[in-house]
Amino acid sequence: MKPASFVYVRPGSRSEIVAALAEHGADGKVLAGGQSLVAAMNFRLARPGVIIDINRAGDLDYLRPSGDVLAIGALTRHAAFHKPPVEGPLGALLAKVVRHIAHYPIRQRGTFTGSLAHADPASEWCLVAATLGAEMVIANNNGERTCPAAEFFRGTFTTAVGEQDLLAEVRLPMLGAGWRSGFHEFSRRAGDFALAMSLAALKLENGVITAARLGVGGVSDRAIRLSKLEQELVGKPPSKALFQDVAASAQAGIRPTADIHGSSEYRSDLIRAVVGRALTEAAA
Amino acid sequence: MSAIGRSLKRLEDRPLLTGAGRFAADNRADGQIHMRVVRSPIAFGRIVGIETEDAAALAGVVAVWTAADIADLPPIDFRMTRIAGLEPYRQHVLARDYVRYVGDPVAVVFAEDPYTAEDAAELVFCDIEEEEPCLDATAEPVPFMPERHPGLLSEPATIVKSYGDIDAAFAGAAHVLELELKVGRHTGVPLEARGALAVHDRETGMLTMYGAAKVPHYNRDSIARMLGLPQDKVRLSEGHVGGGFGIRGELYPEDVLVCAAAYRLGVPVKWVEDRREHLMAANHSRDQVHRLRAAVDPNGFVRGLTDTFFTDQGGYVRTHGGTVSDLAAALLPGPYLIPAYRVEGHIRLTNKTPSGTYRAPGRYETTFVRERLMDAVAARLGLDAVEVRRVNLIPEDRMPFDRGIEALGTHVLYDSGKYHDLLERTLKHLDYAALRSELENRRAAGEAVGLGLAFFVEKSGLGPHDLVRMAVLPDDTIEIVTGAASVGQGVETVMAQVCSDVIGMPIERIRVVHGQTDRIPIGFGAFASRVTVMTGSAVKIASEALRDKACALAAPLLQADIDDLVLEAGRVVSRSSGAGIGLAEIASQSAEALDAEGLFRADHMNYPYGIHVAQVRVDTELCGVKVERYLVAYDIGRMINPMLVEGQIVGAAAQGIGGALLEEFVYDEAGQPLATSFADYLMPTAHEMPPVEVLVREDAPSPQNPLGVKGAGEGGITAAGAAIAAAVDDALGRPGLVTRLPIVPTRLHASLYPR
Repeated sequence: MKPASFVYVRPGSRSEIVAALAEHGADGKVLAGGQSLVAAMNFRLARPGVIIDINRAGDLDYLRPSGDVLAIGALTRHAAFHKPPVEGPLGALLAKVVRHIAHYPIRQRGTFTGSLAHADPASEWCLVAATLGAEMVIANNNGERTCPAAEFFRGTFTTAVGEQDLLAEVRLPMLGAGWRSGFHEFSRRAGDFALAMSLAALKLENGVITAARLGVGGVSDRAIRLSKLEQELVGKPPSKALFQDVAASAQAGIRPTADIHGSSEYRSDLIRAVVGRALTEAAA
Repeated sequence: MSAIGRSLKRLEDRPLLTGAGRFAADNRADGQIHMRVVRSPIAFGRIVGIETEDAAALAGVVAVWTAADIADLPPIDFRMTRIAGLEPYRQHVLARDYVRYVGDPVAVVFAEDPYTAEDAAELVFCDIEEEEPCLDATAEPVPFMPERHPGLLSEPATIVKSYGDIDAAFAGAAHVLELELKVGRHTGVPLEARGALAVHDRETGMLTMYGAAKVPHYNRDSIARMLGLPQDKVRLSEGHVGGGFGIRGELYPEDVLVCAAAYRLGVPVKWVEDRREHLMAANHSRDQVHRLRAAVDPNGFVRGLTDTFFTDQGGYVRTHGGTVSDLAAALLPGPYLIPAYRVEGHIRLTNKTPSGTYRAPGRYETTFVRERLMDAVAARLGLDAVEVRRVNLIPEDRMPFDRGIEALGTHVLYDSGKYHDLLERTLKHLDYAALRSELENRRAAGEAVGLGLAFFVEKSGLGPHDLVRMAVLPDDTIEIVTGAASVGQGVETVMAQVCSDVIGMPIERIRVVHGQTDRIPIGFGAFASRVTVMTGSAVKIASEALRDKACALAAPLLQADIDDLVLEAGRVVSRSSGAGIGLAEIASQSAEALDAEGLFRADHMNYPYGIHVAQVRVDTELCGVKVERYLVAYDIGRMINPMLVEGQIVGAAAQGIGGALLEEFVYDEAGQPLATSFADYLMPTAHEMPPVEVLVREDAPSPQNPLGVKGAGEGGITAAGAAIAAAVDDALGRPGLVTRLPIVPTRLHASLYPR
């Protein structure tokens, strides 16, 4: 359980990181919180030639509300969301979800953006980003580009971040007045990877759902936003029957992966349960 | 005030809390090199060749060994329960001709640092011709190593025990019940993984292994024998040990390898196991399938019981020999009369990690099985589950109760017990009727909540004997030297309390030396909940001898009659004159040393007993089980330190709950282990643990030792699987639903919602 040998560099700013990535290319690997990468290196499942440690890049440690988005820098730790980072429904949602991420010490070290770049299918933040339609800011030596969540996640541990790229910032849409959220996750133990989880956000006006976001995570190779089911919710008053129908549709549309903790059949039933519970909580 | 029965703070804790603990990995020696084991990636196959050239050529590599390099080393022998026919199934320290599980050591690399050792280990290539692995212990036996041992099959032995007239029991039975039950593969997972440092001193010829645990004297003898060294040229030394649970400290291939390498390479050799290795190389346990038939009368009394079971022993038979199966076979009847019984236990090898004992070996499994039967009897006959137990429990007036069979070569004689009394006390503690109606109300409101109760009999204090020596030192402290071992359970404190009770010296002035083979010629270590019973009794005997000797030596010094002298608070005092003299002063003024020896022998084990009660809530949609409340009632005979007893019970209950709901070594169809890290091998954490209520009774002291004590180490785990299974059935209103441990969500889902 010792990593293979690697070269270690520690750039001090975003521009230095991007330069280091350009220099080392496929050999380089960004180290942020290290909560997944270091374990993978110790198991020798990952053997990067050059570790680019971004922990001294103070210009990446920020949470910046601006207009209708919240911008999250690449060095923002999970723990920054323990209390709502912004007023309003988005801040409440993030503070609700963060409690399900691993354990307290891990949340002091791991980063929001690192979770997205790692793209574990059971990552809570990936589910948040996919469901809310986050926008990713990807930087490299040639400048920066943005990428919508729908195009960002490509599969297990696979994203639109290229060999010379840094996922520099993630922008989450501020949910305005009237939005409320629900999140439900089932895992074997507190802090374990989700066997299934669902995030729901509903905009309620005069007792009617006028906008909706709905997603499921932990059941396939990436978080799934259920856009069609979002549309089924819109224009209707929240009700147990509606949520049951939508949860059943969510289940019908996904064939879950299996692992030693859950068969596909079991996880399929979990989808219905967690979607129903997330919707119910959002409407409560 | 007696020092026994008090919750004194542990002597062990000062070094541990001040960072002065020294665990296996803390040992280091000048010039040490590091060992890395190359393990088989294949579950079963013939070794065609092992290429080591690239590894050996790496800078910093000192040596690379395969079986051919240590061909003179015999296989690791049995420490316990040697059964005829097991010998060919022993494990060599490096695989010869065949690999038999993923993790089987095939080569070792020695290098100047652990990183290089791991780099080099990756360069060793094993050419293995894969064969079909056997992963089901209930399947027909298959060849063990077809070419090396033609005709030898994967069933090394069958254990048969019986008493009573089984045919008559079934002939007149009102009901016959048949059950098939399975306990999954899990094990003790100490916080500290294994590790060792071996140093060979060329001047003295002494080979020392640091990092010993559990059974240092036995392992010294084995290592000396395997390496062909005189016993007095091998020394094992135990430091702090971060948990044992039966699995840590047995003699494993790695222990022998570090010693052989230090001796042959002439430099100190260090090995520290990583967690991934630990989960596939250290002993697994449990993994039994039982097929029961019970003959039951109309009152729910079990007239006769037969059981055919299969123990999945893994790739080889290790040091425990047939221990787990023997204990399972002998102790399955537990607290019940069951007048006729016949059991056939099949020890079967598969291509998984070898198995050994783990806290309550054979009892965790058979308590699950037997208590599931009692619940099934209640369900079939429409009786209350508690009433069925009342009908079957051995009454107090039958004690001592002769079971009429043997366990571990000792006659099974339940020394004392008030089973019905403990049951009634437990029900009263719970306010059982009120609790049941509270749960019924919650069920009526839609919650799936339930209660499960399970009775068990433990065993403790395995002989044959134990020796301690003690002496008064010049600084007026007492040193107790014992061959017992500390695995973190509080040996020093408990032995000091027993001594203090006789001598009157505070425990802080009593120093307990353990696990050092050069300090005492014999020692049996720490297993089978034996230390408090065996070593404690020897300490009591030695303390009394020391007291008598102190008085005898003080008599001329005080010019007093020996009958006038008493030992009070560590001083010998004349009752008539009030004159007194301290122990160190007696020692300094006497020609004879102020020391003593205590030897305690026991032919029989003793039998503590208890009850586990679990209250659970099942989320029927998510199929998760939450343990809301947990009670362990336990009659221990007599407590030395109540705080330590409670700690033993609560810790064991956590492991029991883990085995009931979470922990499972899963293999795929190719024999690849899928739970090789803590992300997949799920231990219960503080989040999953309910507060554990402990009801300790001292109503049935053991008549077999001078302290009246029985062991505390295992009773907290024994009935956990049984109680939780019953509680889940109850919560779901589905008697007999749980037939397999652990009760994991995906299987609970499959049984609740069959497709």
